[in-house]
Amino acid sequence: MNELVNSFMTGPDEKGRFGDFGGRFVSETLMPLILELEAQYEHAKTDQSFWDEMHFLWKHYVGRPSPLYFAERLTERLGGAKVYMKRDELNHTGAHKINNVLGQIILARRMGKTRIIAETGAGQHGVATATVCAKFGLKCVVYMGAHDVERQQPNVFRMKLLGAEVVPVTSGRGTLKDAMNDALRDWVTNVRDTFYCIGTVAGPHPYPAMVRDFQSIIGKETREQMHEAEGRLPDTIIAAIGGGSNAMGLFYPFLDDPSVNIIGVEAGGKGVNEKMEHCASLTGGRPGVLHGNRTYLLQDEDGQILEGFSISAGLDYPGIGPEHSWLHDIGRAKYVSITDVEALEAFQLCCESEGIIPALEPSHALAHVMKIAPDLPADHIICMNMCGRGDKDIFTVAKALGRDIA
Amino acid sequence: MTRIDAKFAKLRAEGKKAFVSYVMAGDPDVPTSLDLVKGLPAAGVDIIELGLPFTDPMADGPTIQEAGQRALAGHMTLDKTLQMVRDFRADDDETPIVMMGYYNPIYSRGVDRFLSQAKEAGIDGLIIVDLPPEEDDELCIPAQKAGLNFIRLATPTTDDKRLPKVLENTSGFVYYVSITGITGAAEAQAEDVAPEVARIKSQTDLPVIVGFGIKTPAASESIAAIADGCVVGSAIVSEMAKGKAVSEVLDFVKTLADGAHRA
Repeated sequence: MNELVNSFMTGPDEKGRFGDFGGRFVSETLMPLILELEAQYEHAKTDQSFWDEMHFLWKHYVGRPSPLYFAERLTERLGGAKVYMKRDELNHTGAHKINNVLGQIILARRMGKTRIIAETGAGQHGVATATVCAKFGLKCVVYMGAHDVERQQPNVFRMKLLGAEVVPVTSGRGTLKDAMNDALRDWVTNVRDTFYCIGTVAGPHPYPAMVRDFQSIIGKETREQMHEAEGRLPDTIIAAIGGGSNAMGLFYPFLDDPSVNIIGVEAGGKGVNEKMEHCASLTGGRPGVLHGNRTYLLQDEDGQILEGFSISAGLDYPGIGPEHSWLHDIGRAKYVSITDVEALEAFQLCCESEGIIPALEPSHALAHVMKIAPDLPADHIICMNMCGRGDKDIFTVAKALGRDIA
Repeated sequence: MTRIDAKFAKLRAEGKKAFVSYVMAGDPDVPTSLDLVKGLPAAGVDIIELGLPFTDPMADGPTIQEAGQRALAGHMTLDKTLQMVRDFRADDDETPIVMMGYYNPIYSRGVDRFLSQAKEAGIDGLIIVDLPPEEDDELCIPAQKAGLNFIRLATPTTDDKRLPKVLENTSGFVYYVSITGITGAAEAQAEDVAPEVARIKSQTDLPVIVGFGIKTPAASESIAAIADGCVVGSAIVSEMAKGKAVSEVLDFVKTLADGAHRA
C-alpha cells in the first residue's frame, strides 16, 4: 500500500482543491494567466537553481534561519508547558511575509514580468513586496484600503521610501478585501507585464500551495531546531491566522506527525457572536467562494461578504486559506479564537516577561498559549510562531490602553 | 429551445443584430429598476442582462460596483431579484433574461435550489463571471441540465489553444469581452475586435456578442456590425446613477439599440 495515500501533505489535487476547498474561481481573462503561473511554478519547484537563489537570499538578505527561542520567564510565569517561540519577527522587514515575497518575485523575474502588484492590510506584505522590488529594480504598486492607509501611516511611508506606489482603495468599504479586488482588477487590465504577488495562502490555485511552499521554511527550520534543542518534535504548535500564511508555513511540515497537536488562532475581535464583530472565518463563518477560491467566509444569509473586525489589521480578512478550511473539516488541525482584550493582555505579558514586543497578530497565538500552557505538564513542548514584531502596532496598543503617545 | 435561442432565430430571420443591455437589479430600488427593465423591450432591447448585486464584483469597474452597492444598501437580495423577473414575465414572455453576477450568492442558496427557482421565475441564461470552464461541474453542467443557457465569456487572453475549452459547454451565445480589463473601462475598437470575433466564429455556430467598453450609439453600431450584436452596461447604469427619470434613461437606451439595429 502506498504510504502517500494516508498523507496530509499531498494537496492540492490537479484542480487546485484541498478536499472541497480551493479551486480556480476567476474570470476568463485571468484564467490563462494563472495556468501559466502554475506551469512556471511547477517547473521552478523542481529546479535546484531556483531554490539555491531562494536559500541564498533567505540567508543573506532576510537573515534566516530565524532563531527558535525558549521563552524561559514566560514558561515560569505560566507554570506548565515549556514555551518556545519561532522568531520570524527578526526577519528583514519584521515579519514572515518576506519569505513568500522573495519566492514570488524570483518567479516573476524568471517569467519576464516587470511590474509587481500586491494587496496589503496592515502593510507588512506591502512593505515586504516594496522591499524586494526595490532590491531587484522592479516597479511596484501596492493596493491598500483607504481605511488602512489612515491607520497604518508608518507602513505607507515605508513603502513610499522604498519606491512603491501606494494606491488607497476606496471601492467597497476600503479594507483588505477591497484592496484584493482592486489588485485583481489591475491584473485583469495589465495582463502582459504584471505579476500579482499575493500575500497569503488564499486566492486561485496555485497561490495557496505556492505561498504555503515558500512559507514552509518556517516549519522546516522549526523541526530541525527543535531536534537540536529537545531531541524531539514539539507536542503542540500554535500560530495566528488572518489569511493563514504564517500558520500554514509552520504547520505544513508537521501535518504527517500524528503526535503534534496543531492549533490555529483566529481573531475573535469583540467576541464571536451574531454581530459578526470578529474575523473568525472558521469559527463564525461558512463555506463560500471569494477571491478565486472556495473556503470558509464571513457572509450573510444571502451570500454577501461581511467585513471582519479585529484590533489587528493583519487579521482583518473575511476569508481564510482553503487548506486551513480543509484541515479544519477533516480535524487534523484545531481552530480557536482569541478576543482583542485577550490579545492585548498577551502583548503586554510578552513585552514584560521576554523583552519582545510582538505584533498584534502573534499576540493572538500567544494568548492561546497562555490559556492552555498552565494546565499542561512541564514536559509538554509548545511552539508558537512569533510571526511579526510589534513596532507597527504601538499606536494601536497605546490607544486601546487609553494612553496618549502622539 | 430557450427564449435566447428563439430570439436569435428571429433576429437572424429579420437580418438584424442583437442589442443586449445590462442593468443592475434593485438599483437604486426595486420599483425603479423594475420600471426600467419593463421598458427595455420597447426601447429596442433584444436580450436583458440583469445584474445580481454582489459585495465583491472583481471583474467590474466603479460604475457597476457602485450600482451593486446602491442595490445592496437598499436591501436587495437574490429572492427580490427573482421576484423582479417574475413580475417582468407577467407582461413579457418573449424577451430573454440572462442573470449576470458572481457565484457566491448562488452557491450560498444551493445550486439545485437556485436553478429550479431561476427556471420557475423565467430566467433563460446565466453569466457567472468567476466560473471558468475549469469549474464547469459547479454550475454550468447542472444549469444546462436544468434547461438554462450558460453563457461564457471569451477574452483577448483566450488563445486558440484554449478557445475550444471555453466554447465546449457554452450555450445561447458567446460573450466576447472586447478588452483586457474591467467593465466600463477602455473603449472597444471595432478594428481590434473584428478579427477576434472571426476567430471565435470559426470555431462555433453560436452567435457572438461583444461587450465591455461600448458607450455610445456610434460604438454600438460599429461593434454590432462586426459581430452578431453588442452589450451595453456601464453607460446605461451611469445614467441611472445620475438620478435620471426612467423614461430619460430608456430614451438613451433606444439610441444605443437603434445604433446596433442600423448595423
